[in-house]
Amino acid sequence: MIAMNEEEILLFGPPKKIKELSFGVLSPEHIRKMSVTTIVQADTYDDEGYPINGGLMDPKLGVIDPGLRCRTCGSKFGECQGHFGHIELSRPVIHVGYAKEVYDILKATCKECSRLLLPEDRLAQYHTRLEEEGVRGSIRQAIIIEVLSEAAKKKGVIKDTTCPHCGTEQAKIKFDKPTAYKEGDKKLTPSDIRERFEKIPNEDVVLMGWNPECARPEWSILTVLPVAPVTVRPSITLESGIRSEDDLTHKLVDIIRINQRLRENLDAGAPQLIVEDLWELLQYHVTTYFDNEVSGVPPARHRSGRVLKTLTQRLKGKEGRFRNNLSGKRVDFSARTVISPDPNISINEVGVPLFVAKELTVPERATHRNLERLRGLVLNGSEAYPGANYIIRHDGMRKRVSDITKDILAEELDIGYVVERHLCDGDIVLFNRQPSLHRLSIMAHEVRVMPYKTFRLNLCVCPPYNADFDGDEMNMHVPQTEEAQAEARILMRVQEQIISPRFGEPVIGGSQDYLSGAYLLTKRSSFFTRDQVAQMIYVSDIPSASLPEPAKIEGDVPYWSGKQVFSLLLPSDLNIEYKAKVCQKCEMCEGVNCKYDAFVRIEGGRLVSGIIDGATFKARSNCKLLDKLVKDYGTDTGRIFLDSVTRLILQATAIIGFTTGIDDEDIPKAGAVLIDKIIFEGKEKVDKLIETYRQGYLEPLPGRSVEETLESKIMQALAEARDKAGDISERYLGMNRGAVIMAKTGAKGNMLDITQMSASLGQMSVRGTRLHRGYINRSLSSFKEDDLSAEARGFVSASYKKGLNPKEFFFHAMGGREGLVDTAVRTAQSGYMQRRLMNALQDMSVRYDGTVRTNDDIIVQFAYGEDGIDPAKSTYGKAVDIDWIVHKNLNSHTEG
Amino acid sequence: MVSDLYLLEQMETVLKGAVSRVVMEEAHTKLLSFNEKRDFSEEELQRILHEIVAEYRKARVDPGEPVGTVAAQSLGEPGTQMTLNTFHYAGVAEINVTLGLPRIIEIVDVRKDPSTPVMAVALDDEHRFSKEKAILAAQRIEGTTVENVARSTALDVIGAEFSIELDSERMEDSGLTFEEVIKKLKKTKSVERIRYDEDEGLVILSPGTVNLLKLRRFSQKIKGLSLKGIKGIERAMIKKEGDEYFVYTEGSNLAEVMTVPGVDPYRTTTNNIYELFEVLGIEAARNAIMREIQKVLDEQGLEVDRRHIMVLADAMCLEGDIQQIGRHGITGEKASVLARASFEVTTGHLLEAAREGEKDRLNGVTENVIVGQPIPLGTGIVELVMNPSFEDAKEV
Repeated sequence: MIAMNEEEILLFGPPKKIKELSFGVLSPEHIRKMSVTTIVQADTYDDEGYPINGGLMDPKLGVIDPGLRCRTCGSKFGECQGHFGHIELSRPVIHVGYAKEVYDILKATCKECSRLLLPEDRLAQYHTRLEEEGVRGSIRQAIIIEVLSEAAKKKGVIKDTTCPHCGTEQAKIKFDKPTAYKEGDKKLTPSDIRERFEKIPNEDVVLMGWNPECARPEWSILTVLPVAPVTVRPSITLESGIRSEDDLTHKLVDIIRINQRLRENLDAGAPQLIVEDLWELLQYHVTTYFDNEVSGVPPARHRSGRVLKTLTQRLKGKEGRFRNNLSGKRVDFSARTVISPDPNISINEVGVPLFVAKELTVPERATHRNLERLRGLVLNGSEAYPGANYIIRHDGMRKRVSDITKDILAEELDIGYVVERHLCDGDIVLFNRQPSLHRLSIMAHEVRVMPYKTFRLNLCVCPPYNADFDGDEMNMHVPQTEEAQAEARILMRVQEQIISPRFGEPVIGGSQDYLSGAYLLTKRSSFFTRDQVAQMIYVSDIPSASLPEPAKIEGDVPYWSGKQVFSLLLPSDLNIEYKAKVCQKCEMCEGVNCKYDAFVRIEGGRLVSGIIDGATFKARSNCKLLDKLVKDYGTDTGRIFLDSVTRLILQATAIIGFTTGIDDEDIPKAGAVLIDKIIFEGKEKVDKLIETYRQGYLEPLPGRSVEETLESKIMQALAEARDKAGDISERYLGMNRGAVIMAKTGAKGNMLDITQMSASLGQMSVRGTRLHRGYINRSLSSFKEDDLSAEARGFVSASYKKGLNPKEFFFHAMGGREGLVDTAVRTAQSGYMQRRLMNALQDMSVRYDGTVRTNDDIIVQFAYGEDGIDPAKSTYGKAVDIDWIVHKNLNSHTEG
Repeated sequence: MVSDLYLLEQMETVLKGAVSRVVMEEAHTKLLSFNEKRDFSEEELQRILHEIVAEYRKARVDPGEPVGTVAAQSLGEPGTQMTLNTFHYAGVAEINVTLGLPRIIEIVDVRKDPSTPVMAVALDDEHRFSKEKAILAAQRIEGTTVENVARSTALDVIGAEFSIELDSERMEDSGLTFEEVIKKLKKTKSVERIRYDEDEGLVILSPGTVNLLKLRRFSQKIKGLSLKGIKGIERAMIKKEGDEYFVYTEGSNLAEVMTVPGVDPYRTTTNNIYELFEVLGIEAARNAIMREIQKVLDEQGLEVDRRHIMVLADAMCLEGDIQQIGRHGITGEKASVLARASFEVTTGHLLEAAREGEKDRLNGVTENVIVGQPIPLGTGIVELVMNPSFEDAKEV
């Protein structure tokens, strides 16, 4: 399980696993036993700067300065994990963490005999109940709460307030948060409480939720305070030579000081009042030592006024020990830098800057097969590339490779040595972009060492990382053991992740220019000369491509169609039919004869008809061809297809040329007039509606008020006007315009965006309604109050191209702002939801018997997803694509 | 070329037990129809059937697959793409329902009072095909208070009287008559005296007290007096779907709506998951969780495999009641102290663990990450360890 090498196993024996971790409360005896010294001095260092014996920085507590040895165990800095000391408290104090429990026990036990205030038969009943059903969390807690409240006479059978065991009348206990208790009018001191708790028999303790073997109630009242080792609270020396102590040390100083004063006053027989005050002060300091955010207690502050971070604050929250240091750890062998695109590397690869490759290393063990190669690397030293940074001898001694030592070390290198060599082409690394929302946010790439200082990334892997190149940074990690490398390569490599586990469709694939480029390449009118075709084949790295017969010969010049070139990438036995993204969804599909060329048919690996676009290989969009290639021909084929097709398309785009500009939104005069007319009519309709409403003739829709009805009718009318205007503009904007090509092929944007650019922006909205807030009963001061007309409520009739007037511009900004606020709020909310989901579900797994179980072996599902199918291997969630299997078999039959 | 009988026979022998029921059913219908169109040869049929089995085997989950984690990611990741605060129309245009991220959070929180409870009430054979009968049923369901049928109300402080002006149209809409209203008001305890004028629709009530505070309270009580229908249902509307009528309601009270004459209790449902659980039990709740999440995802156009939603729903319903996703539910019930402490209320869990003398068995993900051991998922479920110092191993 735990990766160990042979030497380690020989040295330490087979790998060990921690079986369990026990929790408990420290008893005073235990605290004294594990303590190496009592701390009596409130000071830390003397005038010469040496730690004071018996002070808070006592050298017996561990080492924090390099070069010194521990006075207790003799280990060096970094080896000695520190030792506890203790403070004998002059008077006991309450542990804040258990203040509530102390109150519960006080209420539930007798003031004289300390028994639980329940008759013997009830006690016995509860004992059996707890044994029978009280094993698990909430049920157990419920029983304990029942015991405590019944004993405290809150509810239950017995109502009299005398002890069933000794007959003593019980007084009412009051809890003065956070740490004071009253019995009737008498104050209960921690000493009194401790005395009572000591007498509670173990059987009763169990019923109150304490495990007497690990924790007795009286231990929650501290008589001895453990002092954390100095390694836990190291002091830091500033540049100026001034020592600065840790917050915990400051707090302990306060405790010792007050403790001392209390002792002196007690010894001197000081008046009760003074003793009580000091005692309370001691309680305050101990309380804030444990938790500096207790409600009702003013937080302890540093001299500068900063609130101290004490024990609870160290553990709690996002920046606390648990979430920041235990669940998430900082690691070595990692790098982070800006990313930039490189369409010429494979999707499986990542371009790593040379100087990153020289810093990060891979340990490689010398065998007789690689000894000479490794020796060469060591001989290169750590400055030259490829070189090595360290060698590790048989005994685990680590030697830095430098210009001076490299020759000697290369000489010394022997079989069994480990060489930490520079990162090389082909090494496997993990690549990650935050936020890591799904498992595709960390994938394994093969290294490609490159000049310059950015990580290079193939564009097809941007969608799963959600990466762009406007300054995004990404992280890289180098797995250090063979096991880790093998797992990364087999399970995490990019090509294995083409199909998303979320819905069983490709998440890695073309986007943007690749899609518009594919359209340019494969449209019916695209023909290429021999030179051009040769060039395309060359860049796209198609192996053993044999040129088919030219599609046409004009004059003497042979031309090949783009479809022919594209077909070179397809496996020769592929047969498939689907509709392209540019499909107009005509009522009668004309198949191969589609006038938009939107019917894709591939026969025997030849693209017979249809345009290649989003429906073929766009990421996250139900793309047919890529999906089938990956699922039927394997991930290797899928990867090679993507690598080649993207390069082919780029070359084709370079030959054909592609652009978009403001003239893409030009609409001829006739069209512009038509659009203006439609917008005008829409506004007129709105005015008419308002008129009807004002006259009181508007019929309300069922279940709605007249005003609501009016609003919805106006919105309807205006949306209709915008849609109509859009239709008109669409009619005038054909596939000869770059913007339209991008929208229709799925490359970028949609027709609505083009409508907004060319015809009209339409209605702006906030929270789903027309704009109406701002001034009293109007949106802007330039309108009359209660003006319901289209213009006054945020309808923008201008297009982006035409340009917005000031009012329209402001309305547009209002709508835009909502989007920004929305995004900010949403990320916070969905982040927390995902954290909760993750914590709740993370321990579930499929077992060898096919069941889904939690880590406690509780069965959640008898078969995963009711059929035991992995969505990442399914076809759109279905286990088997029967249509496809039939289609495939029948086709091969007809040909054979 | 092959007969349907032969096809079925072969399907039975090849597929039965080898593939899931769903695949079996799909193969059944699809292969029969394909055979009609294309006429399989025996060889083709065999090839197809065996490929189905092979494909099915290929698509099975691997042991160790961390399906919980994948489910959490698959539901959490689209959360970032969801819109906030969308109100959308459910079935009928007049009813708003919360959708988007807030609704998902509401579901995983198991809120007992969702922000927009809505019911879809199916009607029995007598009522479902006629509009008039459907309206009748809707009226029986819709809760109507005095305020709903009053044009105006007024409290006369000097005369110590409360007057109501009833709206005949509104009464008609809710299927009430003036007499019925009067009868209901007469039955009300605190009403001491009642005067009315049917022609003007005026009713004047006296509570028999001059205490201002009591008068106020009296007027409130009368305004909220339920005249008809079911508590909690604010509005009911009918909608035709296909050839039958459904009643959609704003507000939810499943237990009582199911008993209303004319309602088909078997097909009636609510979007209040906790209420559904209380009335129909845990299985219904589990299906409701899946359905409601699916609804939100569909509306947002986000694709998530239903198996992920299933894992979530099953995890929530595992204990027999619905457990929340979070501190007061699944995570709070975990056996591991470290897993609980690293989620929320860190010190609380640690103090409790110390008091109870708890033991952490370290068999979950978080715990093992904390102590630095491999996690028991994926390739980590292998428990076999090689000992290279073992003598026999050295020989090899």
